[in-house]
Amino acid sequence: MTTPVRPYGDTLDDGAVQLSFTLPVPFGPRGREAARLLVEKLGFRHAEVVHSAPLAEGFSFYVAYGRTDVSVDFEAVRVEEATGEQVYTMDEACAVIREKLGRKLVVVGACTGFDAHTVGIDAIMNMKGYNHHYGLERYSEVEAHNLGAQVPNERLIDYAVSVNADAILVSQIVTQKDVHIRNLTELIELLEAKGLRERFVVCAGGTRIGNKLAVELGYDAGFGPGTYADHVATFVIERLVERAATRA
Amino acid sequence: MESRLHLPPERIARARELASRIVAPVQEFIDAHTTVTVERATLRLAGADGADADGVPVPNLVVDQVRDRLEEGALRFWVNALVRTGDDVAGLSRRVAGGFRLDGIPLADPVSLEAKAAELVSAASMRVRGNRRRREELLARYAGKNHSPLLYVIVATGNIHEDVKQARAAASQGADVVAVIRTTAQSLLDYVPFGATTEGFGGTYATQENFRIMRAALDEEVERLGRYVHLTNYASGLCMPEIAVMGALERLDMMLNDSMYGILFRDINMYRTFVDQKFSRMVNAWAGVVINTGEDNYLTTSDAVEKAYTVLASQFLNERFAEVAGLEPWQMGLGHAFEMDPALPDGFLLEVAQALMAREIFPEAPLKYMPPTKFMTGDVFRGVVQNALFNFASKLTGQGIHLLGMLTEAIHTPFMQDRYLALENAKYVMGSMASLGDEITFRPDGVVVRRANQVLEEAVAFLEKVEGTGLMDAIATGLFADVKRPRDGGKGLDGLRKKGEGYWNPFETHLTRELGLGGGR
Repeated sequence: MTTPVRPYGDTLDDGAVQLSFTLPVPFGPRGREAARLLVEKLGFRHAEVVHSAPLAEGFSFYVAYGRTDVSVDFEAVRVEEATGEQVYTMDEACAVIREKLGRKLVVVGACTGFDAHTVGIDAIMNMKGYNHHYGLERYSEVEAHNLGAQVPNERLIDYAVSVNADAILVSQIVTQKDVHIRNLTELIELLEAKGLRERFVVCAGGTRIGNKLAVELGYDAGFGPGTYADHVATFVIERLVERAATRA
Repeated sequence: MESRLHLPPERIARARELASRIVAPVQEFIDAHTTVTVERATLRLAGADGADADGVPVPNLVVDQVRDRLEEGALRFWVNALVRTGDDVAGLSRRVAGGFRLDGIPLADPVSLEAKAAELVSAASMRVRGNRRRREELLARYAGKNHSPLLYVIVATGNIHEDVKQARAAASQGADVVAVIRTTAQSLLDYVPFGATTEGFGGTYATQENFRIMRAALDEEVERLGRYVHLTNYASGLCMPEIAVMGALERLDMMLNDSMYGILFRDINMYRTFVDQKFSRMVNAWAGVVINTGEDNYLTTSDAVEKAYTVLASQFLNERFAEVAGLEPWQMGLGHAFEMDPALPDGFLLEVAQALMAREIFPEAPLKYMPPTKFMTGDVFRGVVQNALFNFASKLTGQGIHLLGMLTEAIHTPFMQDRYLALENAKYVMGSMASLGDEITFRPDGVVVRRANQVLEEAVAFLEKVEGTGLMDAIATGLFADVKRPRDGGKGLDGLRKKGEGYWNPFETHLTRELGLGGGR
């Protein structure tokens, strides 16, 4: 069975979409018509430019609406999230750690390379957490080490070895010119070169990082916007339990 | 202006007294020391510029040559070489870039060294005074044309030429201040790259040539628009004083410059930062630059309600460190931020309380108000509302410098349209409720008044604790921003030197005199 879905404005299958963009042309009737044609060329019916404004010399801004016939088959959609439907609360996570690992879970986190933005790693690790989801430091069964910003990959690995970590969390916020890809790749390469890749559960996180990208780069999982310490803890616990089972 | 928040003047005075006592011992340490970047900043003032074939800047080449004798001051060797070779500063810069060594030349007599130094000081002074006069003339000519608060936007393309286009567009849309964001790695470089740059992550390098390019472009906009456009960059990181010098020479108007930010948030050694910030602030003071301090950072790492007092305490410390470096109150863009959780009931009242509190406690400072970032989610529609409330709070409480929030914060560096929408948002909100602040009084027993008084009390208690511990130990034990920074830890400590008996720095002497500061040599 296929279930085609289209954007919904106010009637099923009307395909209504809202767009806004800038064109590098002067403000005026020609710019407006160019914007409308562009929306049509994108495949929208009833393309309508509802607002335009001059931005600067030679630049103009547009808000447009259009309707699309394009659909996706919802039944066929598969996602690759790190965690499934079941995400442990803090208390559940701690209970599972006690029961299945029988010791504290050791997690080391850092924002690596030259990236100075700790907001991501702090959201996952700080006591306070983010958006009413406590961070790993608050978990009684987690020993959390947040190394902060601009940590070289080498130092992160050495530190993880020194505290006998179960998991390494890496945050990358700055993504300009794909610097995060290079940084993330380097960590995995270093771990592999040292023969340490299998010793840790390694996760990446950041505003532009999803599970798919992280797995492609050789990570166990990736955590993007809308994920919290709960998701990270759930994944790490499940992966460790899984590994313990295969080794047993 | 009478206090609408009923803040007790004696508690504010107590906080200032504590700040002054906290800063005094640090100041003694500062005055007894120099650093590699203070020496390089001095050389830059004395005309050392350019780089060798490997891109090592001339000021670095000179300081590296005399590394073992820095306690005497690097300038002596530069001035001596000028006297001995008969070169002008450009000629000597080229010679040094070619491998010429200054350290082995026999010293000329002190009289000719002093005379040459006086000539260099006078040349730098003329240029900086000229820049200052030009800014004052333009501001006077276009008085009343800027917004209040000043609307501040950032450009961050990573390419100075692309930055210029974005900056011109922002200026024409109404921006009063343009800040050019640096590449994220620069704060940890112990040199300032030379020349125009077209690369970087999250911004491009702060270089003197980039400063010049952007200043020239914005000056054209100033003439075209009939409104002054302020230019901002970052005198922070391992080269605070050098960047302050570059800003002074190229007429930047504002500099991000915090007395402790590098220590807490960049893990730069505390001795190094304290010495560096002093010299950088003296240069900023001399050049008529408005500094912007970094208190917003306390709130992106900690909770904005619980840790509000750390912002106020830091403002008192930044004020004191600024004062002893010669900055006037109008040059102190003390920072704070609108970073409370939008889900918090009455959160907006708390934001207003804190913004107005800062306004009343620092009446002459052009407070730098930072927009929501921590709770910007990617929901651009809610983001517009958050920014509108921020704009409202800022105008209501009479802030001085208003960094515009972007609806796409947390998604990407601003698109041209994002800046436009932010400016339109601010112009609408701030115009529509322009006089509302004058109409409002607050209930003496209400949420706003109680909150402001509570934060002030917490800040005083915190400063008492810091005073008891001493600032350096307070930082080492993690009293600030939940991080511990040991005295001997962090980056850049190897660039610190105790000044020797014969330390010679006529620029420092000149600045000390010009700014009416005691001490120094």
